Amino acid sequence: MKWDWNAVSDFMPAFWHGLLVTLEALALGSLVSFTLGLVWTLLMRTPARWVRWPVGVVTEFVRNTPLLVQLFFLFYVLPEWGLTFSALATGVFAVGLHYSTYTMQVYRAGIEAVPVGQWEAATALNLPRRRTWTAVILPQAIRRVVPALGNYVIAMLKDTPMLMVITVPEMLQRARLFSQQHFQFTEPITVIGVAFILISYLASLLLRALERRLVR
Amino acid sequence: MTSGLWELVLKGVWTTVQLLVFSTLLAIAVSFVVGVARTHRLWIVRFVAGFYTEVFRGTSALVMIFWVFFVLPVAFGWQLVPMWAGTLALGLTYGAYGSEIVRGALNAVDPAQKEGGIALGFTPWQRLRLIVLPQAVPEMIPTFCNLLIELLKGTALVSVMGMGDLTFSANLVRLALQQSAEIYTYILLIYFVIAFVLTRLMRGLEKRLKAGVGKDPGTEWAARELKRAQTTGVGAAGGAGMGGGAA
Repeated sequence: MKWDWNAVSDFMPAFWHGLLVTLEALALGSLVSFTLGLVWTLLMRTPARWVRWPVGVVTEFVRNTPLLVQLFFLFYVLPEWGLTFSALATGVFAVGLHYSTYTMQVYRAGIEAVPVGQWEAATALNLPRRRTWTAVILPQAIRRVVPALGNYVIAMLKDTPMLMVITVPEMLQRARLFSQQHFQFTEPITVIGVAFILISYLASLLLRALERRLVR
Repeated sequence: MTSGLWELVLKGVWTTVQLLVFSTLLAIAVSFVVGVARTHRLWIVRFVAGFYTEVFRGTSALVMIFWVFFVLPVAFGWQLVPMWAGTLALGLTYGAYGSEIVRGALNAVDPAQKEGGIALGFTPWQRLRLIVLPQAVPEMIPTFCNLLIELLKGTALVSVMGMGDLTFSANLVRLALQQSAEIYTYILLIYFVIAFVLTRLMRGLEKRLKAGVGKDPGTEWAARELKRAQTTGVGAAGGAGMGGGAA
């Protein structure tokens, strides 16, 4: 095995650009998944059965099918329906939608973990339903779910390379293009592998610190 | 879709199922070896196993597949058959997640049970085989079921390397038909059906194993769900008290 440091330094400019795109997709994807997940959770708690049933079916379906195929679906089918988005926007939406079905479970668990007494207290104080949610239940639930949500951000980070298949120029796509141009596979792919380990390790350290502050 | 195209899709299903079976077997083997090693009494064994887990959970499965397909042949001269390359990449990656499940379940066994084994003069291997594992394995099943679904979804990644699995054949059919919505809907449905069957099978297995140790198969749903996120992330090793302990 030979390791070529020149290839590493040649790859660096492309690597930084790819890293930026990866982090951008991650940040936007997390935002979408956090918001959509909360929407699903609240919809699943409405008394109307005709709302809960389709939401349950759709989210179950999205969670149990591959993100890769969902990416292909959105990338090729949306334009057929006359909806054209950039590759990055499509990717962000796909990742956000896929992970919203996970964050939904997390929110649900967090809400169910709020003691029943808190609901009863809100009723006793005659708080309107909206106030009960915003002032009593959600603040306690969100606190509990932050660590679990953080873990899904790390999971999302590791799924961003899939955006390569719809031409988003993130890290793996840059590595692939570089390898094809220079016929050097070992260095770029190893560099981004190490980058993924480092980022997810740093993120997990941050997360543990956050967890200690939030959950006491 | 014509019958010829359906034949292509069925071939893809077969490749996906084969890949799923092989990589599941490898992942289970890795999970147990690494998971048990992480509770070993020698620190060096625990350290090596922990290092393995961090590396394979830290990288993306797709990056790992690229590495096995492109770097192994160039750097080490090991050109693997696509099926084995895919199995290796998926099995090692998902095995790292599985090892966390095994470790968690082993630690959850009541210490008094292990002490009982010591009192009876069992060797460590006997304690593990006769006392700890029979109690820990039923606890692992629900989390392993989730991981199995993740692995099923992960098999789609090998299509990027041109391996003729279900996703790959979907792309071929799309090129032939120029109708994306139809074919991708079918493919997603096929994946969903496979996932559904797997979930049912695992639930049956859980019931049977829990009956074997005299436990109620009832669920502590919220706690499990918050814990589940823990195996998905990276480096959360020892990060107990997830979500402040859901009721």
